[in-house]
Amino acid sequence: MSFGVILLVHADFDRAAQLVRHWARGGCPVVIHVDRRVKPARFDAFAKAVADLPDVLLSSRTACEWGTWGLVAATQRAAELMLLRFPGVGHVYLASGSCLPLRPVRELVDYLAARPDTDFIESATTSDVAWPVGGLDTERFTLRFPFPWKRYRRLFNGYVRWQRRLGVSRRVPGGLVPHMGSQWWCLTRATLSGILTDPARARYDRYFRRVWIPDESYFQTLARQHARVIESRSLTLSKFDFQGKPHVFYDDHLQLLRRSDCFVARKIWPRADKLYAAFLKDPDSFAPRAEPSPGRIDRVFSKAVDRRIRGRRGLLMQSRFPDGRRSDPMTAQPFSVFQGFAELFDGFEPWLARTTDARVHGHLFARDRVQFNDDQGTMAGGLSDGAALRDYDPEGFLMSLIWNTRGEHQCFQFSPDDAQAIAPRLARDPNAQISVISGAWTVPLFLSRAQIPVIRKKVAHLQRVETAYLGLLRAPGVKARARIWTLAEFVEAPMEHLHTILSEMGGGRVPPPMEVPRMVDLTGFDRFLQDLKNQGLHPHVVGDFPTTGSSGWPSGDTSAEESPGSVAHS
Amino acid sequence: MPAVTLPPWTRYKLRLIRKRLLWRGFRSRHDLTSVQNNTSAIAAGDILLFATVRDEALRLPHFLAHYRRLGVRHFLIVDNGSADGTDALLRGAPDVSVWQTHASYKAARFGVKWLAWLLRRYGHGHWTLTVDADELLIYPDHDARDLVALTGWLDARRRRALPAMLLDLYPKGSPDAQHYTPADDPVQVLPYFDPDGYWQERRGSHRAINTMGGPRARVFFEHAPDFAPVLSKLPLVSWHRSYAYLSSTHVALPPVLNTYQPGDSNGAGPSGALLHSKFLPGTAARARVEQVRGQQYTRGPTHDAYYNALGEAPDMWTPAATRFTGWEQLVGLGLMRRGDW
Repeated sequence: MSFGVILLVHADFDRAAQLVRHWARGGCPVVIHVDRRVKPARFDAFAKAVADLPDVLLSSRTACEWGTWGLVAATQRAAELMLLRFPGVGHVYLASGSCLPLRPVRELVDYLAARPDTDFIESATTSDVAWPVGGLDTERFTLRFPFPWKRYRRLFNGYVRWQRRLGVSRRVPGGLVPHMGSQWWCLTRATLSGILTDPARARYDRYFRRVWIPDESYFQTLARQHARVIESRSLTLSKFDFQGKPHVFYDDHLQLLRRSDCFVARKIWPRADKLYAAFLKDPDSFAPRAEPSPGRIDRVFSKAVDRRIRGRRGLLMQSRFPDGRRSDPMTAQPFSVFQGFAELFDGFEPWLARTTDARVHGHLFARDRVQFNDDQGTMAGGLSDGAALRDYDPEGFLMSLIWNTRGEHQCFQFSPDDAQAIAPRLARDPNAQISVISGAWTVPLFLSRAQIPVIRKKVAHLQRVETAYLGLLRAPGVKARARIWTLAEFVEAPMEHLHTILSEMGGGRVPPPMEVPRMVDLTGFDRFLQDLKNQGLHPHVVGDFPTTGSSGWPSGDTSAEESPGSVAHS
Repeated sequence: MPAVTLPPWTRYKLRLIRKRLLWRGFRSRHDLTSVQNNTSAIAAGDILLFATVRDEALRLPHFLAHYRRLGVRHFLIVDNGSADGTDALLRGAPDVSVWQTHASYKAARFGVKWLAWLLRRYGHGHWTLTVDADELLIYPDHDARDLVALTGWLDARRRRALPAMLLDLYPKGSPDAQHYTPADDPVQVLPYFDPDGYWQERRGSHRAINTMGGPRARVFFEHAPDFAPVLSKLPLVSWHRSYAYLSSTHVALPPVLNTYQPGDSNGAGPSGALLHSKFLPGTAARARVEQVRGQQYTRGPTHDAYYNALGEAPDMWTPAATRFTGWEQLVGLGLMRRGDW
């Protein structure tokens, strides 16, 4: 016993004829329904193209508008013709002109012959299905839909609103329980003739005539009345995107479709020559395969859809300009900002690079030039080291840098002397790990041995800038992970603090570093601070730095054994 | 919701601007002399390409081949006084219509005015591509799915346009030191591009998103980012006779074309890239000629310096330059978006 194919066609007749030949070659009788809206000349040409095939019939035509009763009526006519003219047919497979058989017809024949009593039709109650996009899941059975949505959208919507307001609720006839599912099914002769010869068919038809998208519910509901064994899935693979539009398969989906092991897939783009050539060729090149596994395709698709909808963090693009970018900054991954460390330690940057795997930049936001590590002129991704370009869009600059170097932890130095435009954004970024030794910027001034009156203005300015920055980091709603020490606090136990920072960068406890950075010689620093105070400038960001010069401050010649850290621990 | 809602007064002003653009385009039809009119061959639903060219004999062979392969069915070309055999290249092709003009390119707003007329006359109801001869459109899966597939997909989602980013390609070494034979793929001679160094901002009363930056910003506008070239374009539009391009093909009116349609606020749609073969050999000579003619786009001394620099055919290459391998690479870098396409 073989199976018959009902083919609903409304366009792309060359492809349709190709499909008809394929099915016929496999030994399946085919009944074709052509949309009545197709022009007579086109129809005649198509009828002529398939006229030479013995078991191929054209059914009488009706207009098939999407979402309306016409599609069901067309299927009914074709099915009646099929059952009448081909008594040897055991199953009837409903397909469209854009359904492409992926496996040899012979395999489908065997598959169905092994399951003579099974109806393959996706059929679920409205409460079970999650797929209808756009509401109208139960309402499609309780309201009336006389207007085709595609042509009379406003009328359609208005009539729905009006019925809702009036509280219209249709009763489903004869105790039917509405079921829905894919409109592409494969039913047994018994079930199909049961549906078509049901004594109550006129009543059912009258009801479904006004249901929204009846081709997704008519057979799905009535099959529950007549079928002996329902396998609630479609043998036709069809995907919908998140907007509810059918997914179209193109040439580049060839491998994916091959691996799916499904019998039939839709919708195939009519110009996908490669797909048609690959799947409509002679069957002997195929190896017999297992059960259809649309699940594999599902996973691939849902992964792709997911990624496409959400986009990726920390990446800006033209077609997806995030409007809320200013309020919701997002870099791709964590990075570290150091303020005051390079001032306090000799060779802090090389030390940090040696101790961690991170890439350590200088002052990325220095006023004159971007200090990429190793003095590169451009950074990964072609970011220029020009200060003007950077300052034109500092946020974009930082996001690009972090995005381009994903997989590598980025560190950079920051100071009150740098361009500050990026500061508010740093404070709001959950990926920023900010460490500040406040007041450390006084150290280079101290070391320069400049006269206080000369640097007075600069000290006042830098202190103002740093205070503003600290204010940002301490404000409510800060998302960055900020650690702030005054210079006085930090030098009390520098290694302990450095270790904390390294642990955070490493994502957990890390062993204390083998090598200790050299702190600059602070002998006389307390005097310098006192001089500033005497001149009326109180460097309060430095903290409460002890004024006794003899307290044994760790100075430049500290070796690893008697490092400040070990002093503090002992 | 569209990404940006413009105040009614702005919308009205933009409407007046659009009407004026359309009127000027209509007036500019007197500038154009039909040389070869095959437009009767245009069928409903055909994808049309509109371009203004001048001395593009070098680029046109590959240009035509590229777009024919993508499914463009007819080329409508304004020839602005070419003298290098461009006209001979176009003559005789059944899918090319040519109009000649010797009027000022600059006065025609860099050709947009002429194209405005042709778009209005022939583009209505079609998907139209408006590009320059040195721009090759690519998009995700362009090798497997032609523009017919893409536009059909966009139609089904009621999208009216595809945005694309102009991607400057450049060689290693001076452009003039390269060798290019017409009909070759320019990417072979110009294999490098900047994978990052772009930024975006909303500009103008229409609030369209502009992408800027790239190698030209890096080399020529390091100290004047404000003048850096705008790289965002809207080359592919389902044209209506009431539409108009505002500034080159960067921005179109009505403004809704530049944003995504309601319901797409997550911006999940695809975008393309225009491979920019500006830096083929001969760029420098061209820049010098154009400077003498005074027909190029300029906004004061900063741009003059730019054209001076271009005239010296500088090496754009940097260690961070990336070799172009295909659309997958651009999607991975986020320069192109696949969306749900």
